[in-house]
Amino acid sequence: MTVTLGKALNAALRDAMREDDTVLMFGEDVGALGGVFRVTDGLAAEFGEDRCFDTPLAESGIVGMAVGMAMNGFRPVVEMQFDAFAYPAFEQIASHVAKMRNRTRGAVGLPMVIRVPYAGGIGGVEHHSDSSEAYYAHTPGLKVVTPATVADAYSLLREAIADPDPVVFMEAKKLYWAKDETTLPVTTERFGTAVVRRAGSDATLVAYGTAVPVALEAAASAESDGRSLEVVDLRTLVPFDDETVAASVRKTGRCVVVAEAAGFASVSAEIAARVQERCFHSLWAPVLRVTGWDVPYPPPVLEKYHLPGVDRVLDTVERLQWDDVPDPRFLAGSR
Amino acid sequence: MTTQAEHRMPAATSAAAAPADAHLLPSAEPIRFLDDDGGPAPGDAHGRYERPSTELLRRAYDAMVLGRRFDAQATALTKQGRLAVYPSSRGQEAGEIGAVLALRETDWLFPTYRDTMALIGRGIDPVEALTLLRGSWHCGYDPMATRTAPQCTPLATHAPHAVGVAYAARRRGEDTVALVIVGDGGTSEGDFHEALNFAAVFHAPVVFLVQNNGYAISVPLSRQTAAPSLAHKGVGYGVRSERVDGNDPLAMLAVLTEAVESARAGGGPVLVEAHTYRVEPHTNADDDSRYRDHDEVEAWKRRDPIARLEAHLRSRDELTDDDVAAAREAGEAFASRVRERLSEEATGDPADLFAHVYAEPTPQLREQAGWLAEELAR
Repeated sequence: MTVTLGKALNAALRDAMREDDTVLMFGEDVGALGGVFRVTDGLAAEFGEDRCFDTPLAESGIVGMAVGMAMNGFRPVVEMQFDAFAYPAFEQIASHVAKMRNRTRGAVGLPMVIRVPYAGGIGGVEHHSDSSEAYYAHTPGLKVVTPATVADAYSLLREAIADPDPVVFMEAKKLYWAKDETTLPVTTERFGTAVVRRAGSDATLVAYGTAVPVALEAAASAESDGRSLEVVDLRTLVPFDDETVAASVRKTGRCVVVAEAAGFASVSAEIAARVQERCFHSLWAPVLRVTGWDVPYPPPVLEKYHLPGVDRVLDTVERLQWDDVPDPRFLAGSR
Repeated sequence: MTTQAEHRMPAATSAAAAPADAHLLPSAEPIRFLDDDGGPAPGDAHGRYERPSTELLRRAYDAMVLGRRFDAQATALTKQGRLAVYPSSRGQEAGEIGAVLALRETDWLFPTYRDTMALIGRGIDPVEALTLLRGSWHCGYDPMATRTAPQCTPLATHAPHAVGVAYAARRRGEDTVALVIVGDGGTSEGDFHEALNFAAVFHAPVVFLVQNNGYAISVPLSRQTAAPSLAHKGVGYGVRSERVDGNDPLAMLAVLTEAVESARAGGGPVLVEAHTYRVEPHTNADDDSRYRDHDEVEAWKRRDPIARLEAHLRSRDELTDDDVAAAREAGEAFASRVRERLSEEATGDPADLFAHVYAEPTPQLREQAGWLAEELAR
């Protein structure tokens, strides 16, 4: 069956709500409209306005109310509509959602999911295309999930809703319309398990979210040039699967991290650091990164220059010191 | 399209009737039963409220005396270095104890860092209650068992939680009420407003108690708001609001009990503003001489809630010298036990750092816990 990623998320919500009547869905425009991306389409009709409902337009209130409901027997799933519109909820997320279990010595767990449509590539105007995953991944106590495939979208969302801990579920907007042959329900690998999407022997591309299809396309293209690239899809940023990433890089000896978010102080920086710590003696070249520039997300006409594309990935792979020549870009005095 | 005649219509009818928001508005003056000396307040200053029962007032008296003695002990322990910091609620006993006595055991309390006295009033173990301020952990009591949320330090961010807990209970058909305490400064925070709005829209059984003690650390109320009162902030959200003499225990008990029972009966959220005063500095680390006059503090001390309640009960022969002595002795005994139990330096187990970050530690946390253990074994 051909399923879009958005429909898979919708099916995951529906199935979770059918199985467990403590699962609730609320946020802005998630009721009658079905969400601006239609991820909650039909849920209010099937489960009633008690189970899937619209709230006042106030993200901190939405997340704060979800905290209280999670404290008192429900499993709320809330939608933040867009990445940048989740920022008003950041204090709730950082100070309460992430810390409640720890500050109460395990007495109060918060089984809740915060769905965040994120990242760009859809021609969105200002404040609609941020890659905000690093803020959450940097906050201990949160799990951060970034599905890149249709099957993962379904399975990881089901796992997120069943999880005893709060999960920030990052949905790449650009991938909502991505299609795949999948039979639902489907169960894929558990949280904390990265997956090798394409096997290769010359270099490893580590990617998540929107960068996974880019990395796969780059690997397919590199094959015709005689380079065999392995692609690792992280799937969950927290928990992080060091083992799978390190095993791949130890095998290939070269690594490029691909991510759409700005590179400075980012998840891609964390991955590069971890690979360097664990794989230094297996590396034939420094770990390189292909990321968004360190600029505010650009307007639609300029986003093609910002997003890490296949060509930029392939160019970066070529700088992995294949002939033992240092990367000119980072030589002392090179600029 | 509306015609001009239609526009005029509502004005013509509303001139005769009460304004549509009349049932939400607080009284023109704070509700009070007692004057500043504990005598009866003149006229109908207590509005539609009934005097609380003598039995309830006696319980309140004992709890307030014990609460104040505990508060003084905690301040002393701070000066001795046994607590990291202590924000006193001395002078605010009527609100602290009034809130607790208005609630059932099954109701939820959402306190701030200044409400340790309310925790004591709820019967939470004092060492567990002081865990945060002692610095040995964050929340020392079990919120689920005590139906008391962790004391909240980021202002008003616990208010939406109270809405969620109350709404969740109502969804299950339970008659639980959540009471959240916020200070005057907290009413400027966005979460206070979002919580009022959500509580009203979802008709959640929440009581918002604003302990308006005049200062947010050093900033006076005049810089916090230009509203006629903090109680008026509820009206814009459709939340029934009341203002009370926060140093009048009769008024606080009467209004809070009515608010809690109204919410329980399905009447929706209520906002109660208590006009009180922070007699002590913000914390032991504060120097209040930089921003307020000593005379102002002394004036408020003359409106002491315990003295007023004592005078009221004595005037009705409902409190004897022996009763007063017994309440004070109970306070002394309680303070002495707190002193003893906190006589030792607070300690913590480093392994606890990694506990309860997640239900199951991530591989990275297990790894880091191992590294710390190795470091400590050296």
